[in-house]
Amino acid sequence: MKLKPVVAAVAVIASFASFAQTQITVVNFGGANGNAQKKAYFEPYEKASGNKVIGVEYNGEQAKIKAMVEAKKVTWDVVEVESPDMARGCDEGLFEKLDYSKIGNKADFTPAAVHECGIGTFVWSTVMAYNADKVKTAPVTWADFWDTKKIAGKRGMRKGARYNLEFALMADGVAVQDVYKVLATKDGAERAFKKLTELKPNIQWWEAGAQPPQFLVAGDVALTTAYNGRIDAAQREGKNLQITWTGGIYDLDYWAMPKGGANKDAALKYIAMASSADAQSEYAKLISYGPTNTKALAKLDAKTLGLLPTSAANAKTALQFNVNFWADQGEALEKRFAAWAAQ
Amino acid sequence: MTPTSTLAPSLPLNLASQLQRAERRKKVFAISLTLPLLLFLLATFIIPIGALLTRAVENPEVASTLGRTAQALNRWDRTSAPPDAAYSALIEDLSAIKEQSDAGALARRLNSDISGARSLIMSTYRALPFEKNLTPLQSRERLLALDARWSELGYWQAIAKNGARWTPDYLLASLDLQRDVQGNISKVDADSAAFGKILVRTFQISAIVTLFCLILGYPLAYWLSTLSARQANMLMILVLVPFWTSILVRVAAWIVLLQTNGLVNRSLMGLGVTDEPIGLLFNRLGVIIAMVHILLPFMILPLYSVMKSVPNTYLRAAVSLGSSPLSAFFRVYIPQTYPGIGAGGLLVFILSIGYYVTPALLGGADDQMLSYYIAQYTNVNVNWGMACALGAVLLTSTLVLYALYRRVVKSELSLG
Repeated sequence: MKLKPVVAAVAVIASFASFAQTQITVVNFGGANGNAQKKAYFEPYEKASGNKVIGVEYNGEQAKIKAMVEAKKVTWDVVEVESPDMARGCDEGLFEKLDYSKIGNKADFTPAAVHECGIGTFVWSTVMAYNADKVKTAPVTWADFWDTKKIAGKRGMRKGARYNLEFALMADGVAVQDVYKVLATKDGAERAFKKLTELKPNIQWWEAGAQPPQFLVAGDVALTTAYNGRIDAAQREGKNLQITWTGGIYDLDYWAMPKGGANKDAALKYIAMASSADAQSEYAKLISYGPTNTKALAKLDAKTLGLLPTSAANAKTALQFNVNFWADQGEALEKRFAAWAAQ
Repeated sequence: MTPTSTLAPSLPLNLASQLQRAERRKKVFAISLTLPLLLFLLATFIIPIGALLTRAVENPEVASTLGRTAQALNRWDRTSAPPDAAYSALIEDLSAIKEQSDAGALARRLNSDISGARSLIMSTYRALPFEKNLTPLQSRERLLALDARWSELGYWQAIAKNGARWTPDYLLASLDLQRDVQGNISKVDADSAAFGKILVRTFQISAIVTLFCLILGYPLAYWLSTLSARQANMLMILVLVPFWTSILVRVAAWIVLLQTNGLVNRSLMGLGVTDEPIGLLFNRLGVIIAMVHILLPFMILPLYSVMKSVPNTYLRAAVSLGSSPLSAFFRVYIPQTYPGIGAGGLLVFILSIGYYVTPALLGGADDQMLSYYIAQYTNVNVNWGMACALGAVLLTSTLVLYALYRRVVKSELSLG
């Protein structure tokens, strides 16, 4: 019969289709962090579930997520988002509400990690860093960062108001727990910008997280603010870069699911797996970002713990980034920063 | 009367209309040939720009969600305490918002007017609904008990101000102006006036880059035009190779070259030009060096194509008539290349106005151009109204400059 081969072909295709894996697209910021996620999360998840993970890198552009959700063509299943974007995206209905019964016990996570639209995946910190080969006296406080007589040389700072205003207030003698209280007042903002003006001629601005370690290695700056994971990555490459943890600002990155994605179940399974103590401790060994699952800490040795922003010694004088403050004041302060920079 | 006698005079008329019809058919055919292009232009150029301009003045968030509140605030003088009716209308309006995304959009809109409105609106929205049949006075008390900030006038003024569907606020803000509660336009405080300076900076950087491209590109293009076709082609490839390399790669290469202990600084120190490294990077200088390098081909190509078509007989004639070679070059040759200078200059200038990545990576905080802030409003603040308004300002000022250029040059732009 002539029909036979056709039928056979259809049957073969159908059998392939039934084997076809579910694919989920997981979006992160790439770099060393992306590689660590690939090893600690993507690969074990693929092995355990049989699903395929397509890793996509982005730069935190929330406009992409907004456009996708508005057009109802959501191709991203899980996205790593920073805390301000998490809060705002949740307010604006860009993310699915998470079903925690499918993820794990809420009590296992640090309180800041549990959010209705996302779950914290790691704690990172913006800290002071220096090249120990070049700077002989280690900086201890933010006042030292401002003191160009004590430690000569340029200072690297992130282009923008965020973090810098907090650091300026700490350098001006505001106690860690009062920073946001002071910054919320008109005089406090004034004071922060004034303090920043003191340092302005010595600041070399950075835009991307990869720049500060490069500045330090090249000797462009003596001290810089930096993301702790980037300094860690440079240390692993054998560079003698050091972190001063005093007055670092820590914050969380979250897993969120853009609203209307096609593979909700698979995506949720991925989030559950990536939030488990085992996976998170594996991740923390690969890059020094702190686990949000408190049970993961018990699985780490003292040396790894010492590098994490969440360890007791490092977190002692740290400031938690105030998402609500920046969601309310961010636009106005960033605009003021642009005006300040032009003066 | 015979039929022919009636036909005879109508014949030319018939012919004329036939001719007309044929002409019309030709026209329709001609237009239909350009139709794909017209549609393409409409879809990729006119509609997006139209959407951009609309977004810059659109203000639907408050009008579509807080209709009753805006109405209740209509007769309010905006300086005394708002009427109690406004409080109950606000509760009614916020409870009626079904989609959380609408509440979020409302919160974002009001927050860009007055910092703090985001958390106020969202916390109130989450606390709703209240029990039914509250009197206006009770409504007021409930809201104040929930968040004392509801007694502050600023938030109510922001709602009252944004009750209309269209707003000039974004455009005003991008010109460092603002509308106060009574609707009078005034300048913003000096410590938040940024965009005027940024716009001037954008044009300054673009002008400097264009000038340097011309200074560097003109002699090169001239030299290329004097070579034989084979040699010129070989060298043209050298001009074009960087043109085909990714901008990011070229920016990274400049970082390596220009950094404190980079090749350039070390050679300068080795030659004894300077004792300590010069700051070539993360300032205006670094931005200009890299932009000139990236945009140079856009200057060289139009210049070269115009220079190729300039016959050298004029120059020889001028010299044979007693002009010195130098003055012949300036008075006879250069005027003939004006179309190339105009085209190249305009191309480089307009491209540099939109530069974003290069200044972001190689410049300091005060070297950023307007598109950096457009990107910030699009991606970071997700305030698309403001982003579109800045885009509209950039578009308008570019068009004004182009009109000025046409006035000065008094000729159509010819690209080679």
